Amino acid sequence: MNAPLYRIPGPSTEAATPAESGATQAEAAPAPRTVAQVLASSQVESVMDELDAELIGLKPVKTRIRDIAALLVIDRLRALHQLAAQAPSLHMCFTGNPGTGKTTVALRMAQILHKLGYVRRPQVVSVTRDDLVGQYIGHTAPKTKEVLKKAMGGVLFIDEAYYLYRPENERDYGQEAIEILLQVMENQRDDLVVILAGYRDRMNTFFQSNPGMNSRIAHHIEFPDYAPDELLEISGRMLSAAHYRFGEGAREAFAAYLERRIRQPHFANARSVRNALDRARLRQASRLFADRHRELSADDLSTIAPADILASRVFASVQPAS
Amino acid sequence: MMNNPTGRITQGQFSFLPDLTDDEIRMQVEYGLRKGYAWSVEYTDDPHPRNTYWEMYGMPMFDLQDAAGVLMEMNACRKTFPKHYIRLMAFDSTRGVETIAMSFIVNRPAREPGFVLERQEIEGRSMRYSIRGYGAQQPEGERYGA
Repeated sequence: MNAPLYRIPGPSTEAATPAESGATQAEAAPAPRTVAQVLASSQVESVMDELDAELIGLKPVKTRIRDIAALLVIDRLRALHQLAAQAPSLHMCFTGNPGTGKTTVALRMAQILHKLGYVRRPQVVSVTRDDLVGQYIGHTAPKTKEVLKKAMGGVLFIDEAYYLYRPENERDYGQEAIEILLQVMENQRDDLVVILAGYRDRMNTFFQSNPGMNSRIAHHIEFPDYAPDELLEISGRMLSAAHYRFGEGAREAFAAYLERRIRQPHFANARSVRNALDRARLRQASRLFADRHRELSADDLSTIAPADILASRVFASVQPAS
Repeated sequence: MMNNPTGRITQGQFSFLPDLTDDEIRMQVEYGLRKGYAWSVEYTDDPHPRNTYWEMYGMPMFDLQDAAGVLMEMNACRKTFPKHYIRLMAFDSTRGVETIAMSFIVNRPAREPGFVLERQEIEGRSMRYSIRGYGAQQPEGERYGA
């Protein structure tokens, strides 16, 4: 650029210009050459630590996020050597049993990807079939597009994605929504990350009938069931988040409860834990309620006693494993 | 060329500047979104100055976070109507405003013939004036070589 022919009056302009250019040169000079240098200048490390600290179990998920973060760091180093590459496809599919944390992780993914610099905004638009598929001809496309436009720049999370496709009804409009979705997933990879979630077997059927969708999703992540000790740890966190705690012997009682509950049908991992704790809170409340004239301390009010858990109907109906 | 000195229609913001690039449009849209405006796309092939209401291309876009959605709609409109005038408008729903806060043309035909000033002599040698677009002589949809 040519230097301007005019000059802005005032003493500061002359002095500021060389100093400024000097500063930019100094900043640009130590270009990061090692992974450690890139890590120091980005939030990648804090994201990983946070993830490890706040999510229990979920090894496959953490590994995948780690890989994605590593790619980002390496891409920065590659950029120094003019080794340009296309932005990676980040569309994901989360499969797993109920209560394994698919939704929780998806809602978090936007923050993670934002901190890593892959999406422009830390926002998640969470939708289900109802938000995408219309009720009559010509209704679906505008509806789907509106959702897509709202989600642009962030993450679009489609819960129970297999409902989009209903093979038993050939005039179902779900197919139309899938086609629009595919088009945007392919053409506007920089603008939108799509995350699908659903139960494993149903998602497999969904992908079998929509091979295009399957191939456009780079990351198929399987959410494993939680181990009993992981569930116990989760329960402790849930309680402390609600300012409760296990009283003496209550943790052991809850472990015994979990051991029985896991073998019952319709066990939904962390969701079942949450429900069990909610019921224990109800029992604790009515236990304290019965004692009308007692002065209750903060400790009394926040302690879950073993009796609150042992009163569960699971103990009556299921025998302990031998 | 008294009424069309630049050979371009000058309506809305930025109309005396060279056409905005897509990146510049994106920045304007981002600015509007940060202000809480809802963007919409409109098109017409009759850019008469008194033609206030152009045709809407889709619905106004409420609750958007990012300019990419608006640009997607704009590009879809450009593809459908490559030789029409297309403008982006930002609606401010704040109480007390509730009207268009920004509006600028993002697409225009390659050749803009401008307007003719018609004079009509009426009683007592008074004059009445009206303007009419040269392009508007053809029926709708066939103007500007469309």
